This record gives sequence, structure tokens and C-alpha cells, in this order.
Amino acid sequence: MIYLNAFLFAGLVCLIGQIILDNTKFTAGHVTTLFVVVGAFLDTFSLYDKFVLWAGGGALVPITSFGHLLIHGALEKANEYGLIGLAMGMFDLTATGIISAIVISFFLSLIFNPKS
Amino acid sequence: MEKNKYQELVKKHTPKENRLYNGMLAFLVGGLMGVIGQFLVEFYSSILEIPTKEAGTFMIITLIFIGCLLTCFGFFDKWVNFAKAGLFVPITGFAHAMQSAALDYKKEGLVTGIGASMLKLTGAVIIFGVVSAYVFGLIRILLFGGQV
Repeated sequence: MIYLNAFLFAGLVCLIGQIILDNTKFTAGHVTTLFVVVGAFLDTFSLYDKFVLWAGGGALVPITSFGHLLIHGALEKANEYGLIGLAMGMFDLTATGIISAIVISFFLSLIFNPKS
Repeated sequence: MEKNKYQELVKKHTPKENRLYNGMLAFLVGGLMGVIGQFLVEFYSSILEIPTKEAGTFMIITLIFIGCLLTCFGFFDKWVNFAKAGLFVPITGFAHAMQSAALDYKKEGLVTGIGASMLKLTGAVIIFGVVSAYVFGLIRILLFGGQV
């Protein structure tokens, strides 16, 4: 059942992205940036957590989860240390994704050459 | 007058995209990515016997690695042209943008090329994400207290 939920949620997010892409002048970069902001907004009141519970990995795959993880870590630390905690915890949960993306793509770009 | 004419000409010669087809394709491909994500989460949490939360992190790293590798082999550009939002909205799009920027600027050298330009496209995502999360977090704490 959770596979169906994952399919529906991730598909729906991508469908919204495609509709925005087709009907406005936004480029792919605009859409992903917008989705990160939307993800952060949705998790301001822990709404995105419910999506994660409902759709599992389907809610973690779209880029909206990046915004959700940013603000989630920030709020967790802010709970402990007050306002300064926002800056302390911002990358707590996203660090793994960003760091591994940077390291992987650095070493791969040393090995490979551009195709075109 | 001239400008209008030009725009009309451009409109006439821009290939018409089938929005319904694009939307369906994005929905199917994006949904499939979600299913793969959920499968990987369950796979990791049962194989490595770790909680679901850590398994989610492993899943994201796996998808980033696959996205980077496929970009290096040159498949991913074609697939993104084909499935559009279905592939660049998931985390693979993040990896693809970073990897293609790194490859494109490789010829300019290690530091001035790869180092300076790797985050050219993904920098927007990180910066807007951080700024918006900070502002939303500030609003949340100031107006509603810090209890999560």
C-alpha cells in the first residue's frame, strides 16, 4: 500500500512541476528552487512529516524533501538553543546529501569527460 | 510593430509541445522514482537492520550516486529531455545539475573550473532553501514559540 502512496505522491509533485514548466516562463532551475521553498514552508508546521509518514520514500525523493530536511534540522536545534540553533542545525539532516553529492561528482568529473 | 511581427514568427515556429503527454510522462516517471525510493528504503532497513530514518539517508545517497554516474555516461541528458519534470524534480535532478556543471567546466582547470563552477546550478537550490528555511524558522519561533 505504501508503494502506491509513494507512487502517487512523487508522481503528483512531478506533475505539478511539469505543469508549471509548460505554462509559465520558469526554467527547470526555477521549478526546483520553488519546490525547495515550498517544502520548507510546508514543514514550518510539521505538515511535511505527515506526508513522509504517508508516502515513505515517495515523499523523500522529490526535491521538496530537501527544504523539509533543512528546516526540520534547524527547528530541532532551535528547540534546544533558541534562535542561534536555527543556524546550528540547518545542515544537520541535509549535510549527508550535499556532501556526498559534492564528493561523488568531484571524483566522477575527474574520471569522465563531457560527452558532447 | 516589428516586434509584434517577430514574436508572431517565433510563436509560429516554436514546436508545439503536447502538455497532456508531458504531464502524464512526468507523473509516471516521477511516481516510479518514488517507488524506487521506497523500495530502497525498505531494502536498506531490512538488509542493514537500521531505522527507517537512516535508511532514507542511504537511499538519497544511492540515488545521487546513480544520477551522477548516469550523467557521466551521457544517458541522463537524453532521459531528462524525454521525461522532463519526472526526472529533475526528484533528487536525481540535483545530482544531474551538479555533475553536468562539473563536467562542463572541467576544461577550465581543477580550481577555476570544477571548484568554482560545480555549484553553479545547484547553488540556487541550496541558497534559496537555506534562506527560506531560516526565514520560516524565524517566523515560527517568534510567533508560535520553539516547540516542535
